[in-house]
Amino acid sequence: MLNIKVIGKGCPNCEKLEHLCHEVIKEENLEAQVEKVTDVNDFADYGVMMTPGLVVNDKLLSQGKIPVKHTLAKWLNDQAES
Amino acid sequence: MEWKKEIRILFWFIAFFLFAYFMPVYSDRFREAIMAMLDLTRWYAQEHVILCLLPAFFIAGVIAVFISQGAVLKYFGAQAKKWVSYSIASVSGVILAVCSCTILPLFSSIHKRGAGLGPAIAFLYSGPAINILAIILTARILGFEMGLARIIGAVIFAIVIGSVMSLIYRKEEKDKAERQMNVPMDEEKRPMWQTAFHFFTLVLILVFANWGAPAEGVESGGWYWIWAHKWEITAFFAILLVFSLIYILKLKREYVLIAAAITAASAFLATSPMIPMVVGIAGVSILTLLDKRDEDNKQWTLSTWDFAKQILPLLALGVLVAGFLLGSTHGDTDMPGVIPNQWVVNLVGGNSVFSNFFASIVGAFMYFATLTEVPILQGLMGAGMGKGPALALLLAGPSLSLPNMLVIRGVIGTKKTLVYVILVVIMATISGLIYGSI
Repeated sequence: MLNIKVIGKGCPNCEKLEHLCHEVIKEENLEAQVEKVTDVNDFADYGVMMTPGLVVNDKLLSQGKIPVKHTLAKWLNDQAES
Repeated sequence: MEWKKEIRILFWFIAFFLFAYFMPVYSDRFREAIMAMLDLTRWYAQEHVILCLLPAFFIAGVIAVFISQGAVLKYFGAQAKKWVSYSIASVSGVILAVCSCTILPLFSSIHKRGAGLGPAIAFLYSGPAINILAIILTARILGFEMGLARIIGAVIFAIVIGSVMSLIYRKEEKDKAERQMNVPMDEEKRPMWQTAFHFFTLVLILVFANWGAPAEGVESGGWYWIWAHKWEITAFFAILLVFSLIYILKLKREYVLIAAAITAASAFLATSPMIPMVVGIAGVSILTLLDKRDEDNKQWTLSTWDFAKQILPLLALGVLVAGFLLGSTHGDTDMPGVIPNQWVVNLVGGNSVFSNFFASIVGAFMYFATLTEVPILQGLMGAGMGKGPALALLLAGPSLSLPNMLVIRGVIGTKKTLVYVILVVIMATISGLIYGSI
């Protein structure tokens, strides 16, 4: 089971990333839950300085930008296997 | 049924009804204000959208997509030298803070995991104040001098306020557990100079396309020469942009040349320089969106589009409101708004301590959507605001607002927020006084 956290205060890009995660999960048939972290005080705990940040299974995978769809799919599949 | 929501809708209905019912349609003052509102909106549309705002959005897009922000972030780490952190923090707003929602997370990380309170505050202040879109529009509409004063003021403010805050709270800072900050580093795709070349080509196109006419009667000298030849110079940089698109962004050469040829043809056929600008922008957008080789090229135009979507509606609203309330003043036009000029002169005219202080306080608490401070200030200055108070408002305004104070308070607490606000207001007042007297 993947635990995906989208980290951001709710700016348009953070919402886009969240949508993209849901899309990929559906298309790749992954078992995952997507959480949102919106409290700025918690961002530093994940090591996020630029939003949106993406944390999968407690690992920070990207921040400050939205990954391309197939990159995101690859990341999530890799994490699901390991 | 959600009562709260329904009641809110009812409230707006009543508000609009009362407005419509009592609207002073036949009063001269009201009619003049409506005309001023329409006139100011038309002036913005004619003078500023195509040649200035559209290219500026593309420049902001370059910053968001092509410039690696990780490279800057490493200077905010706990190990970085203090003076380096301060100087980077005070100018990095230009490349980091193109979107206001990135500022607060960065601020909180620098404060908690990185270089500490001082640089964090410096960044918090300078981020919104010197973002590239704001500087471009300030210099274009309020004059080059005001644009420059805004940059210099913002950088000095950032360093001074940051240092003072960290001095006041130096004890607390020492006790803080030092934990390493996670700095994201993506590998650079291309050498720095290539990105810089692309970036400055766009900036120079913007600068020369908007080169202001010299004062009446001036017909010689370097500035006049540049103005007289500004379209040739702009065209030269447009050719550099074609090279940049082919060799730096690696777009397909044939397509780029076709787009360039169409743009050039439109430049020779059309009488207005706006036509080739629009054709060129459409060309760049289509080329990058269809590019299959590098995802970043497409992202460039998409993020440009995001900026446009975010900023244009609010700016348009800001122009309408400013025109209605404060009138339309530009060139030879001078139309009054609903608010009598005398009020503006009484409150913020001249360069008294009160005017500057009042402008600072209002600026600090009022919320300005991105860039809307510019048309509002244009209106105020047209109605008689002094240039000192205008700068005070510019320096206290965009970085601070009531909603944003509440968020900052959540990160650093009430006391520090209060000190920060007071420092900003005092410094804005002083710089207004200085600027107003030179």
